[in-house]
Amino acid sequence: MTAVGPSSREAYDAAIVGAGVMGCATALHLAGGGMRCILVDRGAVCGEASGANAGTLTMHMTRAALIPYALKGWELWTTAAEWLDGDLVVQATDGLSLAFTEAEAQMLRTRAEARRDAGAPIQIVDPVRAREIEPGLSERVILAAHCPVDGFVGANLTGLAFRNALVRDGVEIRQDSPVDGIDRDGATFLLRSGDEEIRARRVVLAGGVWLEAMLAWFGLHLPIKCLVNQLAITERMKPILKTVVGVASGLLSLKQFANGTVLIGGGWQGIGDPERGGATIIPDNLIGNLRLARYAIPSLSGARVVRAWLGLEAETADAMPVIGPVPGVDDAFVIGSVHSGYTSGPFMGQLLAELILGKEPALPLFDPSRLVVAKP
Amino acid sequence: MPEPFRAAAGAPDNPDQMLGARQREALLESQVERAFGRKVWSVTPGFRVDALGPEGPEHWRCRALIAATGTTERVVPFPGWTLPGVIGLGAATVLLKSQMVLPGSRTLVAGCGPLLVAVAVGVLKAGGSVAAVLDLSGPGDWLKSVPAMTAQPGLLLQGLRWLGAIRAAGVPVLSRRTIREVRPKGERLEVIVRPVDGERRPIPTGVETVFEADCVAVGHGLVPAIEVTRLLQARHEFLPQRGGWIAHRDALCRTTVEGLFAVGDSAGISGAAAAYLEGRIAGLTAALDLGRIDAERHRELSTPIAGRLRKAARFGAAMARLMALRPGQVEGVDGDTVVCRCEDVTRAEIEAALDRGACHVNQLKSWTRCGMGPCQGRMCGETAASLVAARVGGREHAGLWTARAPIRPIDLEALYGDLAYEDIPIPQEAPL
Repeated sequence: MTAVGPSSREAYDAAIVGAGVMGCATALHLAGGGMRCILVDRGAVCGEASGANAGTLTMHMTRAALIPYALKGWELWTTAAEWLDGDLVVQATDGLSLAFTEAEAQMLRTRAEARRDAGAPIQIVDPVRAREIEPGLSERVILAAHCPVDGFVGANLTGLAFRNALVRDGVEIRQDSPVDGIDRDGATFLLRSGDEEIRARRVVLAGGVWLEAMLAWFGLHLPIKCLVNQLAITERMKPILKTVVGVASGLLSLKQFANGTVLIGGGWQGIGDPERGGATIIPDNLIGNLRLARYAIPSLSGARVVRAWLGLEAETADAMPVIGPVPGVDDAFVIGSVHSGYTSGPFMGQLLAELILGKEPALPLFDPSRLVVAKP
Repeated sequence: MPEPFRAAAGAPDNPDQMLGARQREALLESQVERAFGRKVWSVTPGFRVDALGPEGPEHWRCRALIAATGTTERVVPFPGWTLPGVIGLGAATVLLKSQMVLPGSRTLVAGCGPLLVAVAVGVLKAGGSVAAVLDLSGPGDWLKSVPAMTAQPGLLLQGLRWLGAIRAAGVPVLSRRTIREVRPKGERLEVIVRPVDGERRPIPTGVETVFEADCVAVGHGLVPAIEVTRLLQARHEFLPQRGGWIAHRDALCRTTVEGLFAVGDSAGISGAAAAYLEGRIAGLTAALDLGRIDAERHRELSTPIAGRLRKAARFGAAMARLMALRPGQVEGVDGDTVVCRCEDVTRAEIEAALDRGACHVNQLKSWTRCGMGPCQGRMCGETAASLVAARVGGREHAGLWTARAPIRPIDLEALYGDLAYEDIPIPQEAPL
């Protein structure tokens, strides 16, 4: 075996397994705190969900309890030019959530109130006001929720921007290097990857839907559900949308990028799992999602959809994040399963790094031990 | 605007047309349900096939699925390849054969493989003129194919007759030449031509020639259209001599996915004659696998076809070799030439992304948008993958664009139709 370290004997201060937004942000903040880090991924930087998600920076779809985190994340994304390094396209806009039926209007009021209580500046507006904010809206809207803190990122460039920043800050990156398991040699972790062995004093598991398998390296069973979200994009069209548009149920997310393409999502499910990745779309779900989009924004009638794809999203048993120390394993940490995780990811990474660096995290973490169950 | 022309009315006058007419008749008389004028946009495991047609979205389910999706044309870019009037050899063939329209009044024909001759003759027959035929291959390359071509003497003779007709019309036929640049000149196009070596690399000291035309029909070979077998996750292998990435098959056209067959050029460039025979074998084998005929009947019916298929495939393989991509072709692309014409990505931008560490076609796609436009990488894919391959040690390492639906762009309005809000089945809402 080839030992990999700053020198062959010396261990890294931290090895981060999983180069999505969570892992990248944690690594950047640890490096900023003076630690020598290595970031390892079986694929590319932000090559999975972090590069394939809708890039929405919305409060309308964020779980109420996570609103304070998402607001911080929004601030970090909209100032990405200051801390990332790439041509990341970040757009701050208004966000609207729509109701077409009385039942949806009721849902909209309840949800807007819960999120407002958590700190999101959401107001209920009538259809006339909603159409002032977004002239492209359907005449059939009966009520809308408006949030001036919304926006989106072109997720496809996330990996490039993080990669450049990681290189700039001295984080070593190992792409295409699956970790097979982790052993311990006294106080040092030994990460086995092919015929390489990476030595580190701390380890951070940031593996998205693959977290369940990673935690099993330490003999822990923490069930992670895998959502398979479908997304679709149109070819370039003339400007038809200024804002991020969703619906009360959360099952629509629409935005138009500066290049004219319109991204259509909302969590309609495809087929896949951690082993195969996103295997296939469910055609009826794509048709339903596209019809809902066309219903909300009639000028989508001229659109042609050129591509649909799948991104895997992790969800714990209580649908809340898992961020903190790995129970029973000193110097091992875990981060992931955050609803609307792309939005709050940069902030979540900062919080975990604060804990690892021995500081008081700015907001409470999410103790993993509540989710560990006995092995089946 | 070239004057449209009509093909002579009456009976089909060549073997291809006669075979086509016989097959159409046989199909009409059979019990096969026909759904033409449909755009298939999704295939999913099981199998489910989704299409858009005159009545909006529809779908079918089936136990066996045969992919017979043909090819996409490869065009290695050069300055001016995106100008109006510059089209593929395949497009010229469609214009001539299906639309019965001349691609131009004076057409320059360039590239490699049998389509060169077919397009030049088609243009002449239809009353157009041909400025020149530029062949990337040398006479030696064609000579190497002769033994294989004798397997299909009819097609060989037809080819020689066609070549004679081109020469008789006084059209210059130049070997080992490529287009360096096409530029507008008034209403017409000026075509700068330069010689290439045996590996199809431009010869820097070679003497350039200039032609004028109002249409340039150019094609650098055919690439199997593997969208269906890729979406269904069959195992694929990279065989440049057969056109590139193709589904791995057994002798009876079965892929590695149970019930999924691939035939014809979509499973490796082999030509029309072989495609017809492979289709019959796949059909018989599907019937066998679904228990509709027994092994003996299958053998009885398929054995005679298999013999003819071997001959036809030999001929097709020789043609495929002439059309295979050589590294020298892509090496010669200039930095400021647009490679991805949907998203306007130049070779220099691709090289810059590779310098920054992109090591797979999908990473290149994310970083540059190369392959993200309406054609979904069908036009730039070969060139882009070759550029990645040159850095990472081959096309197998460079990888393939991840397979994505829709197979062709879908019109949202056709999908939407005329429906009420309640008709949209909305799953359970997301958690608060």
